[in-house]
Amino acid sequence: MNKTTRKFLPLIFIISIFHILPFYVLITTSFKAVDDVSSKWVFPGYWYIDNFINVWKGANLGQAFFNNIIITVVSVLLTVVLGAFAAYPLARYKTRLNRFMYTLFISVLIVPPLTILVPLYKMFVDVGAMNSNWGIILLHVTFHLPMTIFLFTGFIGTIPRELDEAAMIDGCTRLSLFVKVIIPLLKPVTATVVILASVGIWNDYQFSVFFLSDPDARTITVSLSSFFGQYNNNIGWVAAGSLTAALPITIVYLFLQRYFITGLSAGGVKG
Amino acid sequence: MNSKALLNLMYLPTLILFSVLIFFPFIKGIDISLTNWDGYSQEFRRIGLENYKRMFSDPDILNVIKNTFIYGAGSTLFQNIIGLGYAILLNISIKGKGIVRTIVYLPVIISPLIMGYIWYFFFQFNGGAVNDIILLFRDKPMNLLADSEVNVWIITFVNTYQYLGIAMIVYLAGLQSISKDYYEAAQLDGASGFSQFKNITLPLLAPSITINVVINLIGGLKLFDVIKAMTDGGPGYASSSLSSMMYQIYFARQDAGYAASLGNLMFVIICLVSLSALFYLRKREVSE
Repeated sequence: MNKTTRKFLPLIFIISIFHILPFYVLITTSFKAVDDVSSKWVFPGYWYIDNFINVWKGANLGQAFFNNIIITVVSVLLTVVLGAFAAYPLARYKTRLNRFMYTLFISVLIVPPLTILVPLYKMFVDVGAMNSNWGIILLHVTFHLPMTIFLFTGFIGTIPRELDEAAMIDGCTRLSLFVKVIIPLLKPVTATVVILASVGIWNDYQFSVFFLSDPDARTITVSLSSFFGQYNNNIGWVAAGSLTAALPITIVYLFLQRYFITGLSAGGVKG
Repeated sequence: MNSKALLNLMYLPTLILFSVLIFFPFIKGIDISLTNWDGYSQEFRRIGLENYKRMFSDPDILNVIKNTFIYGAGSTLFQNIIGLGYAILLNISIKGKGIVRTIVYLPVIISPLIMGYIWYFFFQFNGGAVNDIILLFRDKPMNLLADSEVNVWIITFVNTYQYLGIAMIVYLAGLQSISKDYYEAAQLDGASGFSQFKNITLPLLAPSITINVVINLIGGLKLFDVIKAMTDGGPGYASSSLSSMMYQIYFARQDAGYAASLGNLMFVIICLVSLSALFYLRKREVSE
């Protein structure tokens, strides 16, 4: 280790502490009893798990977890399949029409979801999509497709065309070429898409709070926010609920993270 | 149908989804903004540009637009400066830098709503972690989240903190694609560390800067969840962005026509700001 590197070590240490702080305060708060008024900087010194039990029952988190899992898994699957299908012709056949379609799809990134909230709400009421899984799933898929198409198109662009031609000579149709040759090569960028989409959908609040108001249809963020509205003096419960909600997606991320950066730089930054 | 035509239609499902759930509602939203609809009843009438006139004479609108710009520009500035600093720092070869990168990236994984609650535990009036420190120096705690001069910056800070990891990762990927040869040649010429940064690192990072600035601007300008969790846009509309003001107007005040026109204003602002940033930065990329 050279001298300049050693000079930066204290700085890196301070940065790490600073970025751990919120999680530290979240954990201390979630394990403190209701009548514990000690500073949030102090660790409880005892293990009080009633917060977790109370919030799990009171906010109906079991049902909310179930809804979250269904909505996230189905939305991510659909996003990956539709995104890969759309990206292939856009990356390989750059006709004038396809170039226009690509620009159109990517430009959706700029549309803030809340801009079209009022008409969407009216439409959801009219077609009976309120409080339904399918309605919110279609919305999530729609709003995650632009980024997905961007990453897939960029990545397919880096796959040599000679591969397509060789497969065609071997008798593949264009469709079987896509399924047999291209799809298996998409693994690294698919990992990135899966992480981005599942994090976004698991954590979604702005759509869920509007379209999933029924207590049985709620997802975790909606349950927590309505719980927070009623009991905002009971911070321990909110902390315990927040910790429980964040845990599954954090574990998924920690398992997939080594694929994440590779895919991100291959599909987006360099592609 | 031959297989080539079939392949061209592979984006058809996406096109249908976008048409039904984005393009159609977008046009419908313009229509709704010209009515006095309350969001529920069957009866409403067209009132022309009345909602837009009302918008520009709304006593809160200027402050809300100002807040929206602070959230957008403030977060973008801080995320890029600090994110680039972190990337340069964590690009040097030391043991454990992977763990530090993960720690910095972790908040990206947490729901912005929950991130808002976590920081609420810091800044809340009664028993907040920040007030524990303030009480060491002052005899009274401070109600920082109710102070309209401060709460906008606290929310900007939380949004910056949450998405710093993305800026860092994009800059790290950019830094790693710069060839070491440039730096070796510059060192032979005796260029200082700062001049290497200015003449090699920054110009070659131009594409990463573009991606980061545009993503951060779009994200900051449409900020919603964090505001909802920390102040609910209040007191009054003091810390509201256009999104949270729109939410209030639609749900608390049942004024759907006016909410739709606020939504359209938000779209125009985000479009203008992010597209001008994109074109400006792209042009710089080419000339460098």
